[in-house]
Amino acid sequence: MTTTSTADAKVNSYRSGPDERGHFGLFGGRFVAETLMPLILDLEQAYNDAKADPAFHAELENLNTFYAGRPSPLYHAERLTDYFRQQSKTGGGAKVYFKRDELNHTGSHKINNCLGQILLARRMGKTRIIAETGAGQHGVAVATVCARFGLPCEIYMGATDVKRQSPNVARMYMLGAKVNPVTSGAGTLKDAMNEALRDWVTNVENTYYIIGTAAGPHPYPELVRDFQSIIGKEVREQMMAAEGRLPDTLVACIGGGSNAIGLFHPFLDDKNVKIFGVEAGGHGLDVPNGHAASMNGGAPGVLHGNRTYLLQDDDGQILEGHSISAGLDYPGVGPEHSWLKDTGRVKYVSVTDNEALEAFQLCAKQEGIIPALEPAHALAHVMKLAPTLPKDDILVMNMCGRGDKDVFAVAGYLGMTI
Amino acid sequence: MTETRIDRRFASLKSEGRSGLVTFVTAGDPDYETAAKILAGLPAAGADIIELGMPFSDPMADGPAIQASSLRALKAGQRMTKTLAMVADFRKTDNDTPIVLMGYYNPIYVYGNERFLADAVKAGVDGLIVVDVPPEADDELCIPALNAGLNFIRLATPTTDAKRLPKVLANTSGFVYYVSITGITGAAAPDASKVHQQVARIKASTTLPVAVGFGVRTGEQARAIAKGADAVVVGSALVTAIEKSLGEDGRATGNTVAAVLDLVKDLAGALRAG
Repeated sequence: MTTTSTADAKVNSYRSGPDERGHFGLFGGRFVAETLMPLILDLEQAYNDAKADPAFHAELENLNTFYAGRPSPLYHAERLTDYFRQQSKTGGGAKVYFKRDELNHTGSHKINNCLGQILLARRMGKTRIIAETGAGQHGVAVATVCARFGLPCEIYMGATDVKRQSPNVARMYMLGAKVNPVTSGAGTLKDAMNEALRDWVTNVENTYYIIGTAAGPHPYPELVRDFQSIIGKEVREQMMAAEGRLPDTLVACIGGGSNAIGLFHPFLDDKNVKIFGVEAGGHGLDVPNGHAASMNGGAPGVLHGNRTYLLQDDDGQILEGHSISAGLDYPGVGPEHSWLKDTGRVKYVSVTDNEALEAFQLCAKQEGIIPALEPAHALAHVMKLAPTLPKDDILVMNMCGRGDKDVFAVAGYLGMTI
Repeated sequence: MTETRIDRRFASLKSEGRSGLVTFVTAGDPDYETAAKILAGLPAAGADIIELGMPFSDPMADGPAIQASSLRALKAGQRMTKTLAMVADFRKTDNDTPIVLMGYYNPIYVYGNERFLADAVKAGVDGLIVVDVPPEADDELCIPALNAGLNFIRLATPTTDAKRLPKVLANTSGFVYYVSITGITGAAAPDASKVHQQVARIKASTTLPVAVGFGVRTGEQARAIAKGADAVVVGSALVTAIEKSLGEDGRATGNTVAAVLDLVKDLAGALRAG
């Protein structure tokens, strides 16, 4: 086994990965069937060309500004800050900001990636788009950009998720996408990704696969990260304008980890910035197959084109995992996060379903913002962390999605009758 | 590297002047004992080379038939250690029929690559097909497998163009597995004439035998595909025969072993008649 470490080669930077073979240290790579390899190599070439083309960046920036509504605001969550200060036993309590990516068109950070990838698909001359989706946020964003550019689109979504995220299913239909419910496995995100890969291998000539998170075979983890890094780049500028300095603490939720890597990556070399990724602890890390915390409760393995931390048994069979949040309910994680965990640059923690539900309610009542269940996980960790930090600690949490899609499910969990 | 059972088998097929039949079944489908009986019966039924699937929870390149087969095996408690034990048992009575383990990388990686290769050699495995380890990652598994004396059989596909083919062939040994369609296992039947062109293209670049698979279900298809190829692979049709033979409780019946072996006899008969 090869364990060449890019960490050793690039001691001065956490931001220069992946290497030319798509590795972040041990993690990443390109583990796909031969049918897909030529296309993956084409994609890598197309992305390298696009990166060097000012016209590509100009078109993406224009879409980000006038279609997605970027930059998203950096918002001082004043009442929550006060609340955490009241909770503080040390007389502290961080100053909490939200990066408001839930205000983007389509309601989450997913549009950042989809706009970038649809432009790549067009450059490559592809005429048909496929994607997987868990919570449906990515599916909606894909359906949206396909409508915007007039490309036919098929979305694979686990049958279980189709049920628990029905508002997003309706949105995808209205945007003209075909939604294919996937019944294999537990009918969640991993199974949807398997089916999308099967479609891709069958229709490889004309089809572009818009992967929704910073995972999959190289160059997906890199290009998704690059498109999402607009989050962190904006935060740097906005924080300089608001506070005259960089933040001290960053917090984001982790499923596959695209919103998190987008926030984290521009700050990785700022050694004084503490960075926390929050995994879905489900029923608790001690409950077998009861959580979706790949890094805190899994082991390295190879799935969906990359080596990364996976929820799996000791025979290498992948577990379904569990989270109240359909967007975090995935047995893997982007390979760059696995590397950042092993290097210790980012601290990965987990919160349970119940903690996320509590944060969801707190945010709605304290700030008038109904978060998606995914960033509710990030907020649940902020609830623990912020009161322990000093008052001059500036904390930024990525509010990566809005909770419209979750209100009925959460009402059900809370036993509310509407 | 030294001559393997696979090399010897293709040499004897050549001297007999016929194309071989490569059969795929999943280890432990529908349960260990029944699968072991199927395995033991395959050579007499006419299988020239046996591909034994290492079940995986997420077989991304496989269609519904092999997905279901893999899940049946896992549900019945199949694990890598049992798959290797099944090969070792088979070798007690058959020292000639080549066995190729086929599957996905993760169960091997988790077992530990070095330990896996050592145990596979010890069990009497002859070759490996690992669907999701491309030539770009040869240093991880392919080269160590070759060094351990195993054949590493690579898939070539309709998307493997002239520029890429040499890379795919570079460290391949035993034979080349030509995937006759862009798609998953058990999908649409391939167009025989297109397959012949593609096989000829591959054969122009290598002296290795070429086996053709994906979508071959019947003796007639096998015979048509076999022209110009050194062997034909049949998999989904066999595991579908297992599935259809099961009782309402999903368990093996008195029919299960015969259902598979009878189909293998038909396929072998058709190939030999061709």
